[in-house]
Amino acid sequence: MVSELINANPTVYEKKERRARNPPDDVDEYAVEPIDQQEIFDILSADIKDPEHPYSLEELKVITEDAIEVDDKSSYVRITFTPTVEHCSMATVIGLCLRVKLMRSLPSRYKVCVCYYLVNQVDIRVAPGTHATEAAVNKQLNDKERVAAALENPNLVDMLDECLAPSYE
Amino acid sequence: MSLIDESFELREIQRLEGHTDRVWSLAWKPATGIGGVPAVLASCSGDKTVRIWEQSRLTGSFECKAVLEETHTRTVRSCAWSPSGKLLATGSFDATTAIWDKVGDDYECVSTLEGHENEVKSVSWNASGSLLATCGRDKSVWIWEVLPGNEFECVSVLQGHTQDVKMVQWHPSMDILCSCSYDNTIKVWAEDGDSDDWHCVQTINESSDGHSSTVWALSFNSSGDKMVTCSDDLTIKIWGADIMKMQSGDGIAPWKHICTLSGYHDRTIFSAHWSREGIIASGAADDAIRLFVPGENGLIDGPTYKLLLKKDQAHDMDVNSVQWSSAENRLLASASDDGTIKIWELAPPSGK
Repeated sequence: MVSELINANPTVYEKKERRARNPPDDVDEYAVEPIDQQEIFDILSADIKDPEHPYSLEELKVITEDAIEVDDKSSYVRITFTPTVEHCSMATVIGLCLRVKLMRSLPSRYKVCVCYYLVNQVDIRVAPGTHATEAAVNKQLNDKERVAAALENPNLVDMLDECLAPSYE
Repeated sequence: MSLIDESFELREIQRLEGHTDRVWSLAWKPATGIGGVPAVLASCSGDKTVRIWEQSRLTGSFECKAVLEETHTRTVRSCAWSPSGKLLATGSFDATTAIWDKVGDDYECVSTLEGHENEVKSVSWNASGSLLATCGRDKSVWIWEVLPGNEFECVSVLQGHTQDVKMVQWHPSMDILCSCSYDNTIKVWAEDGDSDDWHCVQTINESSDGHSSTVWALSFNSSGDKMVTCSDDLTIKIWGADIMKMQSGDGIAPWKHICTLSGYHDRTIFSAHWSREGIIASGAADDAIRLFVPGENGLIDGPTYKLLLKKDQAHDMDVNSVQWSSAENRLLASASDDGTIKIWELAPPSGK
């Protein structure tokens, strides 16, 4: 394991206040409620810890609600996340965490696309080569054969389990 | 009458359940399903097993006859029967390739091929069954010579791809090997006549009308003058080569782009397979199976391929492999992330 943290002092943001989920007035109580952005954000923000810090991905603004696109009808979710520092070697681990969490939480009909972006956060000046890195990480995160192989790697699975079983609360 | 003028449906004959994880790949056993010999199909899965399915003479339905387990310790990604149907090769994420032989009613692992650094992703036998090719995450393609007594000797390790190699396939009649990769390219490998050395004779990349993302699979037509490739770039591409020239020993003829089928799939295409009578099947992450057939030859554009039919929701999840039976029964098998295999029959619409 790396002893030196990649980002020793991350900015920690306050957790967003949850708004109450208001069902529409003409709700049919027998209808299946479609999965929405907020529901997915709740799934991801509460339980996933940053690989390096005792904070959730929400507190570090690695994921935000706006970065979630969901279309329940066509069973499609797209998540974009932004690591706390540029050239974050943890990008793949965070991406895999998000993917695994969604695989475990969503109905199997869902198609999940996880994308890593460096430009979502304010004040990030994109260094040359950044987009190439992004493209490389994203290709890997969305190649299901590579993901399947990664999830058979015991060391990586231990790391993911640690992020997915937070003990910071 | 050409196929495009007829009307067809893809009828689900049977759903095979048994695997406990996604099914990655399928292989029909050669010389089965004809002349009274029951059809046999092998499937391999993320559950680390291989299953052998056999069609019952009595009922016509497929039954699981054997589960090949406790050999591979990780996902079994690929399986292929030797041309005689005697041996089954399986490639696994555990970095090994296993060779299975049927002894009595049981399948025994008679050889384990080690050498790849990590995941083996595809295995393929050449037409005569004298060579086996494997490829994997370590970016290399290995060629093994089949020796008596279930011995396999590595005769060449081919480096050239810059990323993991997704699939290898031998040409149906000549000892020419094609590989496709995460590096978006297709490579053609051939033996140097004089030195017995294998080397890359052609690389098809984006600038030579090739794919712009991972190339997942390739398949040859039965005469071997055409090849189909499918990709994460959502296209299927068809390639042609002058095999007469090659067969006459007149050197290597390059594969040339014939056409690109785009706008059909809207997710990654994982599998494409050419039937003996010339129908291309494709399976993709959009859970659908599509069939393409040659259309009329345009005078200017050259050969065209048309969508014969689309089977939406063929599976509940991604379709990883589609394989036509080599027998003339128009049976297609498909394998999916939903853990099932389906057997389909291409037939005229019922009720007509």
